[in-house]
Amino acid sequence: MTVHPVIRTVLQRLALGVMTLFFVSLVIFSGVEMLPGDFTQAVLGQQATEETVAAFRRELGLDQPSYVRYFNWVGGVITGDFGTSFSGRASSGVDRSRDVVDLIGPRLWNTMFLASMTALVAVPLALFLGITAALYRNSIYDRVVNATTLATISTPEFFVAYILILFLAALNPIFPSLANISPDTALGERIYRSTLPAMTLSLVIIAHMMRMTRAAIINLLASPYIEMARLKGLSSSRVILYHALPNAWAPIVNVVAFNLAYLVVGVVVVEVVFVYPGIGQLMVDAVTSRDIPVVQACALIFAATYIVLNLLADIISIVTNPRLLHPR
Amino acid sequence: MSTSEGYTAKDEVGQVRVRRTWAQRTWIDLKKAPPTAWLGMIVITAYLIVALFAPLIAPYGEAEITPNSYAPWGGDHMFGTDQIGRDILSRLIFGARNTIGIALATTFLAFLIGGGFALVAAISRGWTDQFLSRVVDVLMAIPSLIFALMLLSIFGSNVTSLIVIIAVLDSTRVFRLTRAVAMNVVVMEYVEAAKLRGEGLGWIMRREILPNIMPPLVAEFGLRFSFVFLTIAALSFLGVGIQPPTADWGSMVRENASLIQFAQFDLRAGITPLLPASAIAILTIAVNFVVDWFLMKTSGLHDEH
Repeated sequence: MTVHPVIRTVLQRLALGVMTLFFVSLVIFSGVEMLPGDFTQAVLGQQATEETVAAFRRELGLDQPSYVRYFNWVGGVITGDFGTSFSGRASSGVDRSRDVVDLIGPRLWNTMFLASMTALVAVPLALFLGITAALYRNSIYDRVVNATTLATISTPEFFVAYILILFLAALNPIFPSLANISPDTALGERIYRSTLPAMTLSLVIIAHMMRMTRAAIINLLASPYIEMARLKGLSSSRVILYHALPNAWAPIVNVVAFNLAYLVVGVVVVEVVFVYPGIGQLMVDAVTSRDIPVVQACALIFAATYIVLNLLADIISIVTNPRLLHPR
Repeated sequence: MSTSEGYTAKDEVGQVRVRRTWAQRTWIDLKKAPPTAWLGMIVITAYLIVALFAPLIAPYGEAEITPNSYAPWGGDHMFGTDQIGRDILSRLIFGARNTIGIALATTFLAFLIGGGFALVAAISRGWTDQFLSRVVDVLMAIPSLIFALMLLSIFGSNVTSLIVIIAVLDSTRVFRLTRAVAMNVVVMEYVEAAKLRGEGLGWIMRREILPNIMPPLVAEFGLRFSFVFLTIAALSFLGVGIQPPTADWGSMVRENASLIQFAQFDLRAGITPLLPASAIAILTIAVNFVVDWFLMKTSGLHDEH
């Protein structure tokens, strides 16, 4: 039994992640169980005949015990079938509803595009700001960056978004205030139209990420082995590259993952502000119209992204941990 | 004790330690507070006054409809009127009452649930602790805004379900913190002594542990409040939180958002949707200032200096 400790810890984390996903899917599924009994009537409308309601209940599988439905649902999700939307159903029994997958597919891609565009700009910039602020701590530069980010953190995303709209779209029409993109929009045009939403998200994320990076680096530089290395008379570049950096990967990766996970949530509000056709806006619309299958699917996607990102961060910090890499 | 000859070291040592009243000690602390904390406290007090006396201050009623919709700034309506002719200033003032009130109620409920369960977990430990902690882990694995959206779609958007849902979701974070700090206290001898002399769970929670973990909890209350406040504002902005005609800052931003397009022609109209948004931002910043000062004072940490 000579499994390398790194592999063992990674496997443990993976198992834990799968467990979490299972329980989260259980929580999301049991949401429907909490619905009042007559919601089929509410979806189909007052005029729905008893047969229509009964057929709809059968389609949802409400005549089966809940654990059977749970496994059907999970099985469907794994094979890419999220069920059909509640909207588009009529009391007459005519079914014009669409598959949830068809609703989500293109929008998920849009959201991914916006999120990765934001991450590409925000992550390097935030890390640079955070590390330099930590290295030149208490300088004027540090203070200015700190005060700006504190103000950004305390403001709601939509406030940042509307300020940007006011200055960059309404007063000086540089960027469009509505991110109106469709699948056949060319890449350049797509980037141009998503500039304001991406900028809003970047501002919020950079603030969080920069502050966390700064705190992590300062914490690290205060540890005894860094002081030891300095007292030995090593050059500061060697201290940073060989002593600080190997131990800094874990906190930095955690900071990045935490903020990308935060991006998942921030994207909802920003998409609504800019009417960006993404999955966040879809979810809000579905919540307003109480379209439960769509809400469930969106919630599951968001939660899974969140869990996977955190898992990834954990694994990277385990793999780069010098203490685990060189066991005694 | 004190002689007329002035100061002697012997006198000072011999003096009985001055017992200050609670008010005196608070005043001394306040005098030492940095200007940011003072600013924060003044802003919070102003907000509370506006919230408490809203009907006396507001020139119009909360949902009172005047004949002129989209009125410009100035004249009868200081900040103009919205799309159906409600006075923006009055709605801002009533919004303070609703938004802050709901956020406060939610935070209190979150502390009641999260703090209560955390103390139970910390005191009984073992199986109960494991179970509660794992439940919290699962709940925290779902982003809270997403979870709140899902639950709101199931229970419908009304104030009661909004308060309960956000409170339950937020109580997970309260649980984590309270459990962590309470764990350090439950191992103390005086808790052991209380257990041995047969005190019940409620007594140990209230009389032995709670007084000793108060400072971090109070600071957390401020942070949780601003977080809850921002979440509720975001949900209301998305149209699934506080419902009209109740005045609320989040939904006011949504209702007046289209005005921003007219900024080129009338800057003040363009700023109108930013008023409720900045009302939210200013309060959150103020709370953060006060919490920062409080944390520094109670923990003795001076922000990595």
